[in-house]
Amino acid sequence: MPDNNVFEQSFPVKGGDFANAGEASCQVKEILKEIGVGADIIRRVAIAAYEAEMNVVMYAREGEVRVSISPEMVNLIIEDEGQGIENIDLAMQEGYSTATEEMREMGFGAGMGLPNMKKNSDEFKVTSEVGKGTKIDIRIRMEKET
Amino acid sequence: MILQEIMTILSAEVLACKNSLDIEVNAVKASDLMSDVLTMSDSGVLLLTGLTNVQAVRTAEIAELSAIVFVRGKRPEQDTIELAEQKNIPLLATQLPLYESCGLLFQKGLMGTSQPVKDS
Repeated sequence: MPDNNVFEQSFPVKGGDFANAGEASCQVKEILKEIGVGADIIRRVAIAAYEAEMNVVMYAREGEVRVSISPEMVNLIIEDEGQGIENIDLAMQEGYSTATEEMREMGFGAGMGLPNMKKNSDEFKVTSEVGKGTKIDIRIRMEKET
Repeated sequence: MILQEIMTILSAEVLACKNSLDIEVNAVKASDLMSDVLTMSDSGVLLLTGLTNVQAVRTAEIAELSAIVFVRGKRPEQDTIELAEQKNIPLLATQLPLYESCGLLFQKGLMGTSQPVKDS
């Protein structure tokens, strides 16, 4: 813990584990609720975390969701070991997807994940290396409601 | 409109959270695409879907949906029902297809999510 005002926790996410996909994001949501973060912020964090977590389950071998909560903002880092993203600009386009039929049957893989994460973020950064993995850094500021 | 009325309109049966049929529903979203559901900015919305796996319930929890109606006679697996019970998200099932289900609810005055959601 860097200082007393910051709460941090990380949740492991397993690639291909569709049965538990979303559990980490639900836990992040519960933590924010307990802390008493505003409903709008909780919603944006939960949606961004869930989309990112689904990407780990769908595309990576393993990864983790890390959340740090300070009085100023919620920071989500979703990092995975996996295939990585070849062209981030393309992946950021709504509708662009490399999803398989199995992923689409889960109700995902329509090329809306990354754009939706960005939409819910105040700051959003994707870094990725093909064959190694992807890191997503999402920051959502508290100022609007708290 | 409360969930109980929706159940009657759609001739639906309850699969999970039988004791939560008095919750208020202000708007409806119909989609099989969970990413699409996650782009909504309203909470308390009823989801009509043909997607019966656990992701429907997870999405409902994340997006704070009020309840889920499975359409065209589709039935979820037991793990989906169990998760819904645990998360307290009512599940209904109707034999009606998606279009008819939407039409019947719209006719009774339930709006979609592009309309401003009224306070209950």
